[in-house]
Parts: sequence; structure tokens; C-alpha cells
Amino acid sequence: MTPATTPPEDDSADIRPGATPAELRCSGAWVLHALASLERRVAALPVPAERELRIDASAVSSMDTSGAWLLHRTMRALEARGATLRLEGLRPEFATLLELIAARMRAQRPTEAGAPGMLERVGRGAWEGLSGALGLLAFVGESTLAVVRSLANPRRIRWRPILYNIQTAGFEALPITGLLSFLLGIVIAYQGAEQLRRVGANIYIVDLVGLSMVRELSPLITAIIVAGRSGSAYAAQIGTMKVTEEIDALRTIGVAPLDLLVLPKVLALAIALPLLTVYTDVMGILGGMVMARPQLGVSFSTFIDRLGDAVSLTSYLIGVGKAPVFAVIIALVGCYQGFQVTGSAESVGRQTTVSVVQSIFLVILTDALFSIAFSWFGL
Amino acid sequence: MNDAVIEIERLNTRFGSAVVHRDVGFSVRRGEIFALVGASGCGKSTLLREAIVLQRPQSGSIRVFGQEVVGMDDEQALPLRRRWGVMFERGALFSALTVRENVSMVLEEHADLSAALRAEVAAVKIALTGLPADAGPKYPSELSGGMRKRAALARAMALDPELLFLDEPTAGLDPLSATGIDELVRHLRDALGLTIMMVTHDLDLLWRTADRVAVLGDGRILGIGTMAELSRSDDPLIHEYFYGPRGRAAREQAWNRK
Repeated sequence: MTPATTPPEDDSADIRPGATPAELRCSGAWVLHALASLERRVAALPVPAERELRIDASAVSSMDTSGAWLLHRTMRALEARGATLRLEGLRPEFATLLELIAARMRAQRPTEAGAPGMLERVGRGAWEGLSGALGLLAFVGESTLAVVRSLANPRRIRWRPILYNIQTAGFEALPITGLLSFLLGIVIAYQGAEQLRRVGANIYIVDLVGLSMVRELSPLITAIIVAGRSGSAYAAQIGTMKVTEEIDALRTIGVAPLDLLVLPKVLALAIALPLLTVYTDVMGILGGMVMARPQLGVSFSTFIDRLGDAVSLTSYLIGVGKAPVFAVIIALVGCYQGFQVTGSAESVGRQTTVSVVQSIFLVILTDALFSIAFSWFGL
Repeated sequence: MNDAVIEIERLNTRFGSAVVHRDVGFSVRRGEIFALVGASGCGKSTLLREAIVLQRPQSGSIRVFGQEVVGMDDEQALPLRRRWGVMFERGALFSALTVRENVSMVLEEHADLSAALRAEVAAVKIALTGLPADAGPKYPSELSGGMRKRAALARAMALDPELLFLDEPTAGLDPLSATGIDELVRHLRDALGLTIMMVTHDLDLLWRTADRVAVLGDGRILGIGTMAELSRSDDPLIHEYFYGPRGRAAREQAWNRK
């Protein structure tokens, strides 16, 4: 507290033995600001030998709930040691306050739960991890069932939210994904040029840029950007709806939240992400092409001529084919984390972060598995 | 001696072309429970927000503890804010903190106490509002609406303020909890000499606790006085407010108690 707001009589807040051993004298302002020093004085009180104690509180000049509680606690502690107390001279309004505190504290049974130990924390962490994984698995299962149900009954598919999601997750992502893959193409061509020029294999810049973009980098970078842009938005949207009980409202109206909120997102992203990948393929190769001419003297027409030989149809389809898988991962993880939100604003933020980290992790992991599988099959 | 805690003079508030307050003025005396009533959207909560320096009126003067608060910035308002507590309509408890942390956080900011003492004082405040002891370690999202209100009151009371602003203290509470709140409000006023300014729709609460009531309507103060005085007013809007079916029931109950 700044000195200006501290009442001057604070210093005199005190409790000490009185004139006789059977007396305790309280004085001064028993208020919050003086509480710390008062408590030290209470702790320093000598243990009274007398069975009957008189507490003289006539010099207490002011009292708030904190001060009243301290007096209450001190008196209970003395009584617990077998003393009989007589409180005298306390102003009637302070006495009312003391009674109020006494009544409320009596109504409350103390329950102290200790902080969890090391073993308990490890156990809880493990259990949370396990149930999280199981929950995600169950969610994937439920969503698959919902997809099957709606495919069996195509008229119930909600097209408007699907189209809306294609627009927000796909069309509106064109500038950022295009720019980033263009830059990525430039960087690869620039780094590759140095090596290729040394061995005089300038034309192979087409293979380098074309294959790496089309097969690996373009699907991956698009998926990562979309996970950051749309996966997080899904988690935040569903999470906020959960906090405001909109999800429960949907259930009571008889609309399955999965049908309205999850399916359109999954389907929309499964359509939008492959299209985005085709577009980023083009932009990335364009970036490489722009860089190849000044660095290696490969003209645009030579570059395009070579592209058909460098990138086989299989490679192209493998690249685009990964996109829907990534899309499903991103949409499901985003929606699942949204449903994991519990009640608070902080929880929305936490689950949104988790959704982005988890979906990027799973996308890269899946990509690695794809690479292993393809080399196994010799593709 | 000037014993007015809040003095409002010629207050004007507009939102775009909508006039909310037109030359509103009244004062709240030390130690009284003052209630501001009026139909929904008449600017009660806006007035409260202006008094606690969250919103700025177009013109006029609001003095709290004798200091002009209109035009104050957050830094200037800090010494005043330590002297008053605010309970928001929806509680506004920090959802990332437990109930006890919500209370002890205020103590941590503004009072020099050891962690153990702080926890005990926080527990006292929580007990004061009638919450059970096991509510302390819970998060606001785990509490019922009524318990959240009590927890919000505990936080508002954390620094033992001289002045308490309550926005709809009983809205959304069951009758039993609401009765608990109005008893608590009266108790606190009697025991601590608190000044309380509240905004409310609850006619029972008005009859039981309010010393003086101001009725806000049409952008101005329609009437001000005790409930008994207001219920004899011949202003049609006030009449409608107190003599509607709900108003009558609350009034009869108040008479029966006497």
C-alpha cells in the first residue's frame, strides 16, 4: 500500500498482555493493512497461565472482516488451550461483525486437500494422455460412422456449410499459400543452383524443383498453413460454442453437432486441400522457374519442355493424393480439440494451440509413413 | 461535513443519437444502501460503469469520495479503486483461476501478506459470502450460477472496501440464495458501515435492503426516496413499476413481514 492510503492509526494496532496476567489488551485499527504485523504479535503472545482470561477490546478503533477474523481465530486458539474467555469493551458494531464471522466460519467445515504427490501427478498425466488418444480414436470412429450415414442418405448432406468452408479454408487461403510456395520454389532453385552449376548439370534444376515441390513440399506446406489457418479456427469455434452451451442447444433441438459442425468441415477441407495443392504445385514451380533463368540460364521454354520428363504422372498423383488424407487429419484434430474445451476462456486457447501442434505433428508423421510405404512399393 | 460518498450532477450520456442520460443527478450518502432501478436498457448499468471509471459520459460530473472521476485514466483511478469493490452482473470471475485464487489474487496485488495468511483471509471472505469450504479450490466453471455470484462478491469484498458496487446481485439466483445475499448485504452494511450502490430488478431485494431508491427512466431520474415513498408516487412509470403484478406481491410480502 502507498503511505497516502494507509490510515495513521495502523501502527498502533496491537494485542499484548494487560495489567494483570489474566488480561489481554487489544488496541488500534484491526484492519487488513495491519494484518501481517498483528498476526506476528498474536504469534508472539506468551502462553497465558490463567484459566480465565479477560480480553479488553475497548481501545480497538476500527475493525474490518480481516481484523475480526484474526480476533476470532486468536480467541478460538486460546479456548482450545482450555482458557475461558470474556470479551469486554468491544464496540457493538464490531461485536456484530465478530459474530457474523464466527457464524460463517462455524458453518464451514475445513476440508484441506493436500497437493498431489509426484506419483499421483505422473499417473494423472499418463491417464490424461491415454484417454486423450482413446478419445481421438473414438471421435474418428464416430465421424466415420457419420460420413457413412450421410453418404447413405445424400439428401441430408448440408451443402451450404460445405461451400462456405470451401470458401474460407480454400479460396481465401489462395494468396498466402501461393506466396509461400512461390518463395519456397525460389529458395530451392537458389540453393540447388550452386551445386548443379559446379557439375554442369544446369538442366536438372527442373527435376530438383519439380519433383521436390510436387511430391513432397507443396502438399506439406499447404497442409501446414491450412492447419494453422483453419484447423485452429475449427477448434476455437467449436470450443467457444461449447463454452456458451451452443453445442448443448444443438443437441436439444435435435441436430447432431457432428453432422452440423464436423462433417461439413471434413468434407470441405477434403475438397479444398487437393485443389490448393495443385495450385501451390504451379506456384512453387513458377518460383523455381523464375530463379533458374538468372542463376543457371535455363529459359522458361526449356524449363517447361523438361518438366514433362522430370515429373512423372505417378509423382504428381502421389503428391495430390496425400492432400485429402492431410485434410481429414487437420479437420478431425481441430474439431476434436474444440470438443475437448471445458468451460473457460483459457481452455479455448489451450485446445486451439494443441490442435495446431497435434495436426502439424500428425501431418508430418503421416507424410513420413507415406514415404516409407511408397519406397516399399517402389513408386 | 459532507457525508455524500457519490455525487452525480448534470450527467449526460449518449450512444450515437440515442440519449441515455439527460441531466441526471443524485447523491449516495455514507453508510446507506442505495439502489438504482428502472426498465431494461434505461442506462442503469451504464451509470454504474461510469461511476467506476470504465466508461466516460459526454458531460457532467461524478464525484466519488469527493474526487471527480469523469475523465480519470486507469492510473489516476487506482487509489480510488482500492477503496471500492465491484461485483459484475455475470460475476466476471477469472476462469483460469480457482475461487480462492480469484480472491487471493486481489490481496496479492494490494496487501502485504504472507502466502499462508493470504490463503486464510481468502478463505474467510469465501466463508463470509456463505460458500462451503470445498468451493475454494474449484474453478468458476464448476460452480452453479448462485455460487458464482457469491464468489464474485467474495472477490469484491477482498480488500474490505468502503464502497461496494453491485450490478444485479440477485439476478439468476434461486429465492433462498437471493435471501441469503440480501441478508448478507445488510449484515455487511451494519457491521462494516459499508456504503452500497446497487443496480437491480429484484423488488424483494429493494423492499428488504434498500434505504433509498432512485428510479431511472426516459433518461432522467423519475423519483428518488424510500420504497414506501416511491410506492406512493403518482408518476405513471413509477406506478407501473411498483404496482405491476410482481411489484404488488413483493410489496404485500414486505408489509406482512412488518
